[in-house]
Amino acid sequence: MPAYPMPPLPSEDKRWKIVNGTMRRHGFARNALIETLHTAQSSFGYLDDVAIRFVARSLHVPLSQAYGVVTFYHHFSLKPAGKHTCTVCIGTACYIKGADKLVAEAQKYLKIKPGQTTPDGNISLMTARCVGACGRAPVSLEDGELVGLMEPAQLLKKLEGWAAND
Amino acid sequence: MTSEELLQIAEASTAEHEQFDFQLNVCMGTGCMSQHSDKVKAALTEEVAKSGKHCHVRQTGCMGLCAAGPLVLVEPTETRYGNVHEADAKELVDSLGGKPLERLETHLDKYFQGQQHIVLENSGHIDPEKIDEYIGRDGYQALMTALTQMDPQTVIEQISKSGLRGRGGGGYPTGLKWGMVAKAGKGQKYVICNGDEGDPGAFMDRSVLESDPQRVIEGMAIAAYAVGASKGYVYVRAEYPLAISRLTASLREARRRGFLGSNICGTTFAFDIEIRLGAGAFVCGEETALIASIEGQRGQPRPRPPYPAVSGLWGCPTLINNVETFANIAPILRNGPQWYSSIGTERSKGTKVFALTGKIANTGLVEIPMGMTLREIIFEIGGGIPNGHTFKAVQTGGPSGGCLPEEHLDLSVSYDALISAGSMMGSGGMIVMDDTSCMVNVARFFMEFCMTESCGKCVPCRAGTAQMFDLLTKICDGEATHADLDLLIDLCDVVKNTSLCGLGMTAPNPVLSTLRYFKHEYLEHIDNKYCRAGVCACAGKAPAKEEVTA
Amino acid sequence: MSPAVDVKTLVIDGIDVSARADQTVLEVARENNIFIPTLCHLDGLSDVGACRLCLVEVKNSPKLFPACVLKVEEGMEVTTKSDRLLHYRQTILELLFAERNHVCSVCVTNNHCELQATAQSQGLTHVRLPYRSPRLGVDASNERFVADQNRCILCTRCVRVCDEIEGAHVWDVMGRGIDSMVITDLMQPWGESSCTRCGKCVNVCPTGALFDKTKVGSDHPKYPDFVPYLNMMREGR
Repeated sequence: MPAYPMPPLPSEDKRWKIVNGTMRRHGFARNALIETLHTAQSSFGYLDDVAIRFVARSLHVPLSQAYGVVTFYHHFSLKPAGKHTCTVCIGTACYIKGADKLVAEAQKYLKIKPGQTTPDGNISLMTARCVGACGRAPVSLEDGELVGLMEPAQLLKKLEGWAAND
Repeated sequence: MTSEELLQIAEASTAEHEQFDFQLNVCMGTGCMSQHSDKVKAALTEEVAKSGKHCHVRQTGCMGLCAAGPLVLVEPTETRYGNVHEADAKELVDSLGGKPLERLETHLDKYFQGQQHIVLENSGHIDPEKIDEYIGRDGYQALMTALTQMDPQTVIEQISKSGLRGRGGGGYPTGLKWGMVAKAGKGQKYVICNGDEGDPGAFMDRSVLESDPQRVIEGMAIAAYAVGASKGYVYVRAEYPLAISRLTASLREARRRGFLGSNICGTTFAFDIEIRLGAGAFVCGEETALIASIEGQRGQPRPRPPYPAVSGLWGCPTLINNVETFANIAPILRNGPQWYSSIGTERSKGTKVFALTGKIANTGLVEIPMGMTLREIIFEIGGGIPNGHTFKAVQTGGPSGGCLPEEHLDLSVSYDALISAGSMMGSGGMIVMDDTSCMVNVARFFMEFCMTESCGKCVPCRAGTAQMFDLLTKICDGEATHADLDLLIDLCDVVKNTSLCGLGMTAPNPVLSTLRYFKHEYLEHIDNKYCRAGVCACAGKAPAKEEVTA
Repeated sequence: MSPAVDVKTLVIDGIDVSARADQTVLEVARENNIFIPTLCHLDGLSDVGACRLCLVEVKNSPKLFPACVLKVEEGMEVTTKSDRLLHYRQTILELLFAERNHVCSVCVTNNHCELQATAQSQGLTHVRLPYRSPRLGVDASNERFVADQNRCILCTRCVRVCDEIEGAHVWDVMGRGIDSMVITDLMQPWGESSCTRCGKCVNVCPTGALFDKTKVGSDHPKYPDFVPYLNMMREGR
């Protein structure tokens, strides 16, 4: 065990125990930073200052270094995502097959840019660098479900459905 | 585990499947899953139960032809069905034992005939989560032979003789790399499998990890034995959840069967593997950046030398190979290096898996012997350009590669031929473009990719890609001059020669290759404000000269 | 008895020089009064090979190598000055000037700036590239110092001195690519961070990105020479 005291869990929330479990499994080694951030991100959906501070302190990683790691990798998010997430793949195969039109359509309808969430917190629009389903390009992930051969009209219908059910 | 026990498992696995009259293999790769192949499998299972036929329905990995998913392969008749939906299940099961269901047959003999499967030999034929099915197809024989009958040096010699070169892009001879790590002292060493498949438009590694993960584990174990490592890491993109879950299950199975852990195959050899998740950074495909990422840091490359073979993970000698490279190891040891080196060209041996995508009829994964021409791949296996459009360019090598025009279609695919034509092998993305693609816009697309994926450490890559992106945008928008084009060409030279790592050094490649073969398109945007593909915003912006006269 | 020193002989710019086996080409060149421009390198800090100004040619290699991390080898022939290298160094400097906002006449470190001095030494007369001029913040929350991101060249000297010498690791880099930025703690205002106010980062900063509030409007020289001395004292030599 480390020579100086570990930070207490930030709250009663059980998810902190899951995060702590990942760190314990790695013996609280500093190199477990990214693995632990993955656990925290999948437990909470995003990483706020409380989470980064807790993980950094527990693993004895300087705060700025932890923040540098979080912001280096696209997978980590500092803000909570919307209730629904539409991720359009903009890998090369999807670009050649018109993924830019999908992004433009979604942007126009939602009035937000990729990486943003609608002000009501309902829908997040994201882009991805290739999800590896190029054989079915262009593809998008609708709440994590992969949909291939996507058409702008089809995407719009999905977004309208989400907006209506809010 | 002894070789007799291994044989027994293999025989039991084969016998288990031979008791059935038919096998229905349902593709459960990411491509077909997106077409709900899981529901197709459930429907087939239900229909088989109802029909009372002696038939086994199982999940398998990717069968390659993602465009026609969901795919079902009937064994032993080898009938291939495409676009199978739940509603087709009854008809399909009824047809077993009679005439094939013509309505759903793929009729793509050419697609499969032109290929030669080594890496993909089990894809679509085994359940990736069942280690015994892998053993039933000669799995782990190579590891058993290596551990019980060869010393590490012999293993390295066999790999060297096979002529295998790294499949991650660089094409460094695999045997040489292993030899370097083997020679680097006697202390702690590591083996890393690079599954950070970052090239957009490439999904070979995902497919191999989803379809035949044991093959990669076996390759890594053999490598670890050869170089003297006791610990391995597989670095996989977090974007590949299915590959991660199958790999996790497979590691557990391999431990259960004693191919990982201590006293492997009854010898003193000990080795285990951990998974590390990538977090969305293309630059982590670079060896030193990948190591930094496994160490829990920002994925920034550091100058080489020292190479990872000497000083890698936590300063220890480290072997890093790509997924496809490791997938080639077991077959080489099983069939001998001469068999492997008889395939391919003089300096590029074996086969290569390509992800054939873009404006092409048969999109999907193909594995072809090195030396096949681009024309054969695109027009015979790939079925040519659909919807009456004409071929314009084929892009290989991802953001580090280049675009080759029609006059290079007869180029035979090998590391050296692609480089001399101004592109590169890369990890295996092959994206076909037709006359609806603007080559300047394509170059701009790749430059945007490199700009956002630059780690920001060295100046030429960080600031250079941003400046080049701005210049390309200016050209696309019809606002550039010839001076801008000259500046772009100059920046290409500077960034290529002064950047710290491979990402920066190759970032100008898409610009250089399109300038080499499609310079007229650049000039049309600059001089005539004309985009022949009609995708750029320059249209309608008359040249300055005409504005004056108007 | 001390172990025998492993000596290597090599040629830099046609001059025969000898060096210890653990030395870098940059160290040996400077010992022999051969000037190689650098920005991210600072005596006493670890080297990162990031600014690429110290790239040199090595005979029989098509690649260029950063002198700051290139270890000497027996019989090596190094060229530190050529038309090609000069062009690359000038272009890299242009990229740095155009990346953010470097207007010397209104900068607090005018005449004491290493970017400015290096540009002069490399004969850079104008910048061909458009200035990107992103609107970045100026953080004056620290009672003694100011951080002006618009003048930062991301050499990471502040990050290294804070980690390696002060041992505080308050500074690090966030984001990536063209959006990278140096930050304190969780991107908090400098004045609210765990900074020890030692001022080492300010003294090693090569430009006007980090400066002392009391020097605004006056001469602002910087004194980065304390680093190797501090190292030496700690090692008890």
